[in-house]
Amino acid sequence: MISLKDYDNDSTPSWCPGCGNYAILPSLKQALVDLELYPHQVLLVSGIGQAAKLPHYMNCNGINGLHGRSLPLATAAKLAHHELTLIVIGGDGDCYAEGGNHLVHAIRRNPDITLLVHNNQVFGLTRGQAAPTAERGFITKMEPQGAPLPPFNPLTLAISQDASFVGRGYAGHSQHLTDLIKAAIRNPGFSMIDILQPCVSFDHQHTYAWYGERVYHLDRNHDSSDKFAAYHKAEEWGEKIPLGIFFQKARPAYGRLKPILEQGPLLLQPPTSPAAIETLFDEFL
Amino acid sequence: MNTAQTITIAGAAGQGMQTIGFLLSKALIRSGLHVFAVQDNQSRIRGGHNFFSLRVSAAPVIAMTKSFEMLIALNQNALSVHEHELGAETVIIYDQEQTQSRPQKGHPCNVPLKNLALGTGGNEIYSNAVALGAILGMVRCNCTVLEPLFKDYFSGKQETAAANYAAARAGYDYVLNNHFISLPMPFNTTSNRKMFINGNEAIALGALAAGCQFYAAYPMSPATSILTYLAGKSEGFPIIVEQPEDEIAAISMAIGASCVGVRSMTATSGGGLCLMVESLGLTGIAEVPLVIIDAQRPGPATGLATRTEQADLRFVIHAAQGEFPRVVMAPGSAREAFYLTLKAFDLADRFHIPVIILTDQYLADSYFTEDPFTLDRLPRERYFAKPVSPDRPEPFLRYQFTETGVSPRYPVTGNNKELMYDSHEHAESGHITEDALTRTRMVQKRFKKLQGMASRISPPLLEGAPDADLLIVGWGSTYGVLHEVTAALNQEAIPVRLMHLQELWPFPEKTVLQELSKAKKWVVIENNYTSQLTGIIREKTCMNPAGVILKYDGRPFYYDQLLDEVRKGVDG
Repeated sequence: MISLKDYDNDSTPSWCPGCGNYAILPSLKQALVDLELYPHQVLLVSGIGQAAKLPHYMNCNGINGLHGRSLPLATAAKLAHHELTLIVIGGDGDCYAEGGNHLVHAIRRNPDITLLVHNNQVFGLTRGQAAPTAERGFITKMEPQGAPLPPFNPLTLAISQDASFVGRGYAGHSQHLTDLIKAAIRNPGFSMIDILQPCVSFDHQHTYAWYGERVYHLDRNHDSSDKFAAYHKAEEWGEKIPLGIFFQKARPAYGRLKPILEQGPLLLQPPTSPAAIETLFDEFL
Repeated sequence: MNTAQTITIAGAAGQGMQTIGFLLSKALIRSGLHVFAVQDNQSRIRGGHNFFSLRVSAAPVIAMTKSFEMLIALNQNALSVHEHELGAETVIIYDQEQTQSRPQKGHPCNVPLKNLALGTGGNEIYSNAVALGAILGMVRCNCTVLEPLFKDYFSGKQETAAANYAAARAGYDYVLNNHFISLPMPFNTTSNRKMFINGNEAIALGALAAGCQFYAAYPMSPATSILTYLAGKSEGFPIIVEQPEDEIAAISMAIGASCVGVRSMTATSGGGLCLMVESLGLTGIAEVPLVIIDAQRPGPATGLATRTEQADLRFVIHAAQGEFPRVVMAPGSAREAFYLTLKAFDLADRFHIPVIILTDQYLADSYFTEDPFTLDRLPRERYFAKPVSPDRPEPFLRYQFTETGVSPRYPVTGNNKELMYDSHEHAESGHITEDALTRTRMVQKRFKKLQGMASRISPPLLEGAPDADLLIVGWGSTYGVLHEVTAALNQEAIPVRLMHLQELWPFPEKTVLQELSKAKKWVVIENNYTSQLTGIIREKTCMNPAGVILKYDGRPFYYDQLLDEVRKGVDG
C-alpha cells in the first residue's frame, strides 16, 4: 500500500523557516497518496525559484529545468508518455513573469498537466523584488516608492481563455489544498492552481494572520461552469479572498488531438520502419 | 571540358519559377541527366525578382554557375535584371507580349506563352506548362517524360494533369516549329532512377530514418521546410510534430520529450537559435540527448532572411554560458545531410549531448541528384541502461561517475525507478548540490565524454592531388563548389588538394595539422567576413593560411567565379 513515506527523500529543503512551501509540499504528497499514484508514475517538472526547488525535496521522477520554461517541457513530456502524471511546480516569477507567454499557450493547448503556482507576490530567490502579482504600492528594495503597477490576475486570465480548471488554494489550509490538487490532477486537461502563500522573509504585510482573516472557501452556491460568475469571483480581493475551484470547462486534452496517441504512449511505439522510409524515398524519384 | 549547362528561370515571386524548375529538373533526371538546382528568392510572397537555376550535366554536378546558357524570362524585369549576364550564345525564351522589349544579345526566342496557354487550356494559368514544354523542346528532350510527372504533381487530378500536358506539348511543338536554335543535351534513358532532393528534405528524412519521434520548431527561413516536411508525415508515421509559441518553447519541448526517452529534434536559423541558447546549456548540464539544426542565414538580427551565409560556426561552438561538450557537424550535400543526421542522433544518445547540425540557406534549399540512400545500417541503438525496479530503496544515479563520463540513463516509462534531470549543478542522484568537490568531479565527468566523442568524429574529406603544393580548406555547404573547382584545376594540370570539414567539433586537429603541414600553401574559402574556420584552425594548430577567399553578400560561391578567383591566386 502506498504511503506518504514513499514520497520522502533524504533531502533538507533550503527554504526559509516558516515558508509557506513547507505546507504545500505535504499537501502535494498527500494528494498523490490519496489518488494512489506511485512516485515512479509521477513526473514533476519545475523551473527556477524557491518553489521550483520542490522536486528535489520529494521522491518521484523530476526534471528541474530553466526559469520560466517548465510548461512547454512538460507538455512535450506528457505527449511522449501520456500515461505519466505530469505536475508542474513554480513560483509567481517562474510562471507569471518569465514563463508568461508559455502559460497563455499552455491554457490554449490544454495538455493534461496540473500547474501549481506558489504565489507569494514576491521574488524569494533573488531576495525580495515585486512579483507580477504584487499589490500596487508594495515596497521593496527595488521599488522603494512602492510597486507602481496593478497586480497581474492569473485567475481572470485563465478563465477568460477557457482554461479547463482554475483554482486557488492557500498554504495555510492544507486539507483544502490537498483536495484542490486532487481535483486538478483528476481533471483531464490543463489545471491551474494559484496557491497563496505568505513570504516570511520579504513580505511582512501578507502574513498568515492577514490571510487567515480574509480567505474563505467557495461553496456549493458557486457554479464553476458559469464563466461570468467565475470571473466575478476571481476579481474579488481585499477584505474577502475566495479559495476553491473557480472555473471548470470540459475541453479535449491536447494529447487527444494527436491520432497517433490512440495507439498508446509515443515512447512505447516503435519508430518509423525502414520499409516505410523506403517508400518515402520513392517520393523523390 | 565541363559540359554542364545552366538554365535560369526568372520572374516575380508567385509566377511559379519553382514549379517550372522543379518539374524541369525531374524531367531531365528521368531522362538520365544530373541536375543541381538553387533558388534565389527575395523575402516576399508576390512580386519582386526571384529565380530558379538548374545546372545540368551527364556527369554528377553539385555546384552552380553565375553564367547561364539559357534564360527563361517570365517578365520584363527578369530580362532587365539578367541583361548584363547574357552572352552571345545565350538562348532566351520569353513571351514578347509579357515583356516590353526584345533582348539585344544572345538568341532571343519569342514563345507566346500566354496565347498558347489560352489556346490549349483556355486559361493563362497554363503558361508555366507551356514554358516547361518550350524548354524541353529547346534541349530536345522527349516531351512524353512530362506526362507521368504532371500526374504525380497534380496527384490524381486527371483533368488538370492532362490540360498541363497539352499546354506543355504546345510550347514544345512551338519551339521545334519556329526556332532553329537548340541546346541539345546528352540524354540517357537507361540510367538508374535518381532522387531529386534538397538539404532540408534530406535532414527530415534522416531524422525519420534515425527513429526521431518528436519534432518541435517555430517557423523561420531557411529551416521551415523541415517542419513542413515532417508535419506532412505526422499522420501515418509515429512522430509528433509541434509548432509552439516560440523557439524557446520549441527547444524546451524537444528536451521534455527527450528526457522521457523519445528521439527528438528541433530546427531553426541563427536568430531562433539565439533564443534557444539557454536551453542548449540545459542539455549540456542535464545531459539530455538532442539534435539541433541551425540553417544559417546572414545576420546579425534579421539580416537577409532568404539568403545564405556560414557565419554561425563560432556561435554554435561556443553558444551558452559555462562549459560543456557538444558536437557540431556541417554536411556538404543532401546525401551527407541524410547520413550526418543519422550519426547526430547516434552521438546524442551515445553521449547524452546536444549535437548541432549546421547548414545554411544554400544547402537547405538546393536540390541534389542522388542515388537513393541506403538503410542497411540504421543506427537506432538507444544505449539505455537496464531499468531498475521502483522497489529498490536506493535512488537511481542518473549522473553516476563512470570511466567514460557517460552515466546510466533509461526512459521514464512509469515502471522504472524514479530518475531526476537537473539544470543546477547536481549530485550523482540529480539533486542540487553546491559541494565544491562534487562540482569539480561533475565538470570532469561531463568532459570525460569528449574523448569518446572525438574518437567518433570522422576526419575531414581529402581529395585532389595528394602532393599538391596548394591546399584548399573549406567546410559545410561549400563542398560541392570546392569539389568541382578542385577537379577542374587538376584537369587543367594545376595540382590542387582539397580538405573539407563536415564534422567540426570536437575539432579533428590531428588530421588537419597533418594536412596543413604537408601543403606548401593553404587557403581557406568560406561564406563569412572574419574567416571563422581560419580562427579555429589557428587556435587548434597555431598555423596560418597563405590567404582566404571570403564571400558575405548573401549569395553562395558560384563555380565559374570561384574557379577564376582560385586560378588567379595560383598565378599570383
